[in-house]
Amino acid sequence: MRSLLAALKNNNVLISDGAWGTFLHERGLQPGECPELWNITHRSDVFAIAKSYIDAGADMILTNSFGGSPSKLEHYGLQDRAAELNKAAAVISREAAGVDHFVLGSIGPTGVILMMGQVSEKVLFDGFCLQADALKEGGVDVICVETMSALDEACLAIRAARESTGLEVICTFTFEKTIIGEYRTMMGVSPAEMVQAVKDAGASIIGTNCGNGFDQMIEIVREIRSIDPITPILVHANAGKPVFQDGKTVFPETPERMAAKVQDLIKSGANIVGGCCGTTPAHIKGLVNAIRVH
Amino acid sequence: MNELVEKIGQCVERGKVNKSSPYPNDMKGMDGADEFTRQALEAAVGPDAILQVCNEGMQRIGARFSRNEVFVPELLMAAKAMHAVMVHLEPFFKTGSIRAKGKFVLGTVAGDLHDIGKNLVRMVIEGNGWEVIDLGVDVKPAKFLEAIKNTPGCVVGLSALLTTTMVGMSKTVQEIKAQFPATNVIVGGAPLTMEAALKMGADGYSPDPQGAVAFLDKVSVANITQ
Repeated sequence: MRSLLAALKNNNVLISDGAWGTFLHERGLQPGECPELWNITHRSDVFAIAKSYIDAGADMILTNSFGGSPSKLEHYGLQDRAAELNKAAAVISREAAGVDHFVLGSIGPTGVILMMGQVSEKVLFDGFCLQADALKEGGVDVICVETMSALDEACLAIRAARESTGLEVICTFTFEKTIIGEYRTMMGVSPAEMVQAVKDAGASIIGTNCGNGFDQMIEIVREIRSIDPITPILVHANAGKPVFQDGKTVFPETPERMAAKVQDLIKSGANIVGGCCGTTPAHIKGLVNAIRVH
Repeated sequence: MNELVEKIGQCVERGKVNKSSPYPNDMKGMDGADEFTRQALEAAVGPDAILQVCNEGMQRIGARFSRNEVFVPELLMAAKAMHAVMVHLEPFFKTGSIRAKGKFVLGTVAGDLHDIGKNLVRMVIEGNGWEVIDLGVDVKPAKFLEAIKNTPGCVVGLSALLTTTMVGMSKTVQEIKAQFPATNVIVGGAPLTMEAALKMGADGYSPDPQGAVAFLDKVSVANITQ
């Protein structure tokens, strides 16, 4: 197991991968199909995505396990296969990454709101432990708890991952700009509240993902940096806010535009940069060229 | 009596469900929507007056949500307090002494399993006096069509979170409009804009639940005056 924290020493900026979900749909995943089941049924497609980001020059790739918590898999009746599907996700990404690239085990939200009492903390915690353990068994170096909006759920996932695997944990939240210009998650959490809570829970790398494009990510990173000058920050940015055009969903930010903005993002304090929805290997290649050439 | 009724409205807006509820912090140990509603009914307050203040309370919290002054948790708690009132009012709905403003058929479109946004819309619309027929998530067009057939005069709401399901949403709107051209359809969800909504043939779009209430009020007035 390699330390991502150690690799970030000496002000190294590392490059992460791009989209998985929108990429899977491009390769034929149908709306309503379980993306994580593809780790078994369409292994070569999942591997091709993982490999395409390594070939583009990424230092690390995620795993196809965003919706791999038992609570989320229950929608498809696949909760009993959670361990198998998560492990397979990790094995595929590890195979694509080889030994000299990092693999980040993706854990997304369960879609359950704890404060509504739909499910107990223990059930969610146990589910996150199971998912993190399976990802570790499949060979991930780090756990990445991502796209979070509620503090209670995010902290449960971080604690579960830390306690059950001992691996380094990254945690990213998704913020939107309110009409008065502040950043908040849909549950009302500000970047400042996020930073303190997720560090207390055991995350050693923090950050933000998804969102509405690079410009807003720069503002969010600045806000995090104004509170916390030290903790490494990871950003996985969408290729802008999607627009619906001629019966298709189009993401407006091109690889060129992202590449042109990446130095500003790094200046604002980001240490790991990659993409989220709508980004492709071309976007990642653009980031690699912009960062490595300079 | 007015004081009791007003307190019910405040409890709904603040999300104070009942005496034992720890939320919100500054109302700990105080009576909530549950207790005040019981007291009001015992004091012979009309159920329609209670419903009216609840609708107003939900409208206030919905408007604050639209202005980003409060977020999902506050809205959820308000809906929970509203539900505590509705338990007491249920018998009056059954006997017909109070009636819903209309019927709203709601669901997350085929291929999309996200229900948080849809549930928020349901709660706020119910809280504003409408009967909601919730078809759940991953709802195929045929299921919408059947529900519309069985619910004459209803308004329809479609929700989607995933960018990948917007194409399916568009198809659902078109199928509904082909069979029931007079039925009003409103769409909502993170990837949408008014422009996209109108392009796919919907009658309305709202970025938040309160906008859906405004749409419903508008079309129901239009229906009455027709």
